[in-house]
Amino acid sequence: MTDTKDKVKPIIGLEIHVELATQTKMFCRCRNNFGDPPNTNVCPVCIGMPGVMPVMNKKAVEYSMKVGLALDCKVAGFTKWDRKSYYYPDLPKNYQLSQYDLPLNHGGYMEVPLESGETKKIRVLRAHLEEDAGKNVHDNPSHTGVDLNRAGVPLLEIVSEPDMNSAEEVMSYARSMQRLVRWLGVSEANMQMGHMRFEPNINLHITRDGKTYKTPICEVKNLNSFRALENTVNYEIGRQYAEWQSDPDGYAFDKRNKENRGYDDATGQTIFQREKEEAHDYRYFPEPDLVPVTVDDAWRDGIASDIGELPLQRRQRYMDKYELAFKEADALTQEPATGDILDEAVACGADAKRCVNLLLSRGAAIANERGCSIAQTGLTAGQLAELAKMLAGGDINATSAAKIFDKMIESGNNPREIAESQGLLAVKDTAALEAWVDKAIEANPQAVEDVKSGGKKQKKAFGFLMGQVMQMSRGAAQPGDVQKLIKEKLGS
Amino acid sequence: MSQINELSALELRDAIAAGEVSATQAAKEYLEAIEKHDPQVSAYNEVFTDRAIEQAKQVDSRRQAGEKLGPLAGLPIALKDNMCTTYGKTSCSSKILADFQAPYMSTAAAKLEEAGAVIIGKTNLDEFAMGSSTENSGLKPTRNPWDTQRVPGGSSGGSAAAVAARLCAASLGSDTGGSIRQPAAFCGVVGFKPTYGRVSRYGLVAYGSSLDQIGPMTQTVADAALLSGVIAGYDCKDSTSVPKDVPDYLANIETPIENLRIGLPKEFYSDALDPAINESIHTAAEAYKSAGAEVIEVSLPHSRIDRDENGDLSSFAVACYYIVAMAEASSNLARYDGVHYGHRTTEQVGDIIELYSKSRAEGFGEEVKRRIMLGTYTLSAGYYDAYYNKALKVRRLIKNDFDAAFEKCDVLLCPATPTTAFNIGEKSDDPLTMYLADIYTISVNLAGLPGLSIPAGLSDQGLPIGMQLVGPVFSEEKLLRAARMYEKISGVMKLTPEMVKK
Repeated sequence: MTDTKDKVKPIIGLEIHVELATQTKMFCRCRNNFGDPPNTNVCPVCIGMPGVMPVMNKKAVEYSMKVGLALDCKVAGFTKWDRKSYYYPDLPKNYQLSQYDLPLNHGGYMEVPLESGETKKIRVLRAHLEEDAGKNVHDNPSHTGVDLNRAGVPLLEIVSEPDMNSAEEVMSYARSMQRLVRWLGVSEANMQMGHMRFEPNINLHITRDGKTYKTPICEVKNLNSFRALENTVNYEIGRQYAEWQSDPDGYAFDKRNKENRGYDDATGQTIFQREKEEAHDYRYFPEPDLVPVTVDDAWRDGIASDIGELPLQRRQRYMDKYELAFKEADALTQEPATGDILDEAVACGADAKRCVNLLLSRGAAIANERGCSIAQTGLTAGQLAELAKMLAGGDINATSAAKIFDKMIESGNNPREIAESQGLLAVKDTAALEAWVDKAIEANPQAVEDVKSGGKKQKKAFGFLMGQVMQMSRGAAQPGDVQKLIKEKLGS
Repeated sequence: MSQINELSALELRDAIAAGEVSATQAAKEYLEAIEKHDPQVSAYNEVFTDRAIEQAKQVDSRRQAGEKLGPLAGLPIALKDNMCTTYGKTSCSSKILADFQAPYMSTAAAKLEEAGAVIIGKTNLDEFAMGSSTENSGLKPTRNPWDTQRVPGGSSGGSAAAVAARLCAASLGSDTGGSIRQPAAFCGVVGFKPTYGRVSRYGLVAYGSSLDQIGPMTQTVADAALLSGVIAGYDCKDSTSVPKDVPDYLANIETPIENLRIGLPKEFYSDALDPAINESIHTAAEAYKSAGAEVIEVSLPHSRIDRDENGDLSSFAVACYYIVAMAEASSNLARYDGVHYGHRTTEQVGDIIELYSKSRAEGFGEEVKRRIMLGTYTLSAGYYDAYYNKALKVRRLIKNDFDAAFEKCDVLLCPATPTTAFNIGEKSDDPLTMYLADIYTISVNLAGLPGLSIPAGLSDQGLPIGMQLVGPVFSEEKLLRAARMYEKISGVMKLTPEMVKK
């Protein structure tokens, strides 16, 4: 428990590893694909056999630049590859190709939303490219297997400054990053497939009696779910505070080494691994088998022009321009295609609010059933615009619109054709409407009586008569017109 | 028709093309020579007898069918055993790769085959190309065909000895600090290291990646031009190979260069050099002059050879080289850990670290271990700037010296080695002295330049003397022509040891 006289401020930085969704690996032509049988996407290069040489995947560099530019990083005009040495069975060369002192991207930021409605700027120190390691497989008691399918998959490491002060900020930053890389189309960022992994650095600044104490920094390695990240941050805040309380002068930043910790999914707790002093000396040096990468303005600008509006910018625009609530705007900016449909429909003259309602009611429901995005249901901007216009023009009512929406997705046909063929166009023929109202009044004297007499049954009786008329119109009458006509006829 | 092994590679190629000799006959004669002489020389780690005859037969049947033959059709050529082939082993003369069979071809070997060469076998080397005598081979030492008590030089000692003893028509070696040129000088053959990036390194087992380069070892300069033309060129599998057209090195090889300017680096002609070699090279300089060349003195201050207070030789270039090469080697050889392939200890181990340590301790020889340890040290935190970074700066200075020298001359005429071939065992206990065997070749690798060693006569003891020509980057054509000029003027060519005559 926090002692009320202590002010505890967590200081958190986050390293995010993102596997890029290139067709092939970073330095060879093997397929970059999760879930294939072990050691099927391998070749002499990614196995690290004698005499073979890496060849850089240009697409991976472009994907990384895209992320860097979206984070407002400076893209280095000159960058190179370095070897990072450590021995581990899943690292066949016993060095990893990475970028040490000249990362491709550096010095950017991300503005992340908070529940309070405000945003917070999280600075990005660097985002560099490297190759992923393989996986040790412990499914046999007698030995450890090594699966090298993942070895050499391009990995973007995005390192933040220690700008986050709560689990909420960490989670918002991590989720925003996931949305960004998906948005840019550079990664599926699927946590279950290990496309994204987190390593937070956490310590506390505790103020007691006007004096500030800093706890030792802990780095928690290899978190592969949002839940693990959130649990880790919360657990570490509590653990470090408790440790500090038992030894306020000894458990200090300048008296202890940085420590590495692991996360136990079963308990939600972190476990001590080693002190940083025992850590590796990676013996970085420039990779002599690859030439340095020079990024000229034309290349960089070409990538930049390909980025377009970013998710958080678009979400804000929807809130400002279309007057959407945060949740609505957020739901429409999970990926770019759905918002593109909306924007195009609006550009065709459809009313934004009506489009949004259609998208977030039937659109979201169908997408949810199918486990895909709204855009992936096959909806086109033309269909959406026309349907919204029909609704606005009173050609159909809301109930019909929902039916038409479903048929539209099912058949791919245009909404007006569907409305016509299904008889869902609103009845504007007053004579027909009048005949139905008369018929309903005639057939239901008790209801008519209840309406006319007023009292507590009036509302229900009126609704009953409305329902009868709507039924006779097979749902196509405009409820407003029916209501008006009944009122006129019954003089209520 | 002369004896097949008296023909240069170019002459044999033409004889086969003309139908005067069959490729099968050539292969058989060379195989017989290997059987007869290799027990004394130990140039080969592996001989591909059946495969070579099979390849040769195919060349003959293609010729009979009137098909167009490649530029090396039917030539029996040996490969240094650090170039991968999909057949046989690629051992690097190391116990750790003693049984390694590569599933891919090195680009250089593939290009030889494409050109119709018959790969006759793979030759011995100092383990992982680390050494200057081939005594560091983890398999066996190779002997110098001129005197089997002496070393053939190294690390491409097997490839040099095989050419000298006429156990192949030509061979490929690799040169990181002199490993083609130094053994070529010791064995009396031509050894050519092209510009760094001229020949693909794909499939060459890496030692010092920023220095390694493949090149031919041949009887004549024209042969070196023939093989260079085949193996040179950009390769998409080696990002450091240079996308630059390859000239026809043979086209003008017989045409002397007019107004050739030859530079003698004054730092190389000191008391560190065997007087007999000094004399031979100055005689060569005079010969060039008589052919109309201008000979001037130039300076390579950062490649100079000093003596310390004990009178021992020292050189910036050697120091710089051993830091760069060992740093790269320590990283390049990290993959031989017994996990994925290669030697794994059969002893009981407690954990993965012990598996690594034992496998590596058993698999690597002394010199390789020494270089891995030194390289690991120089790259370690706290030492990197003092060693590796400083070495890179020295490397830049050495390169600048060459650039300045080439403002004044077309080629440099240098010694290839400070002495002629030394005795087996003479330097093997003293690694530092051994490292100095490369004082005249090392700076050429550091600067990435093409360098060629050609025979310049025999010493009083009957041992070959080599001299070295060095040119600016991508000056291969000119360098080969300058070397061919010397062959013609001096008549020193195709030196043949007694062994071959027997």
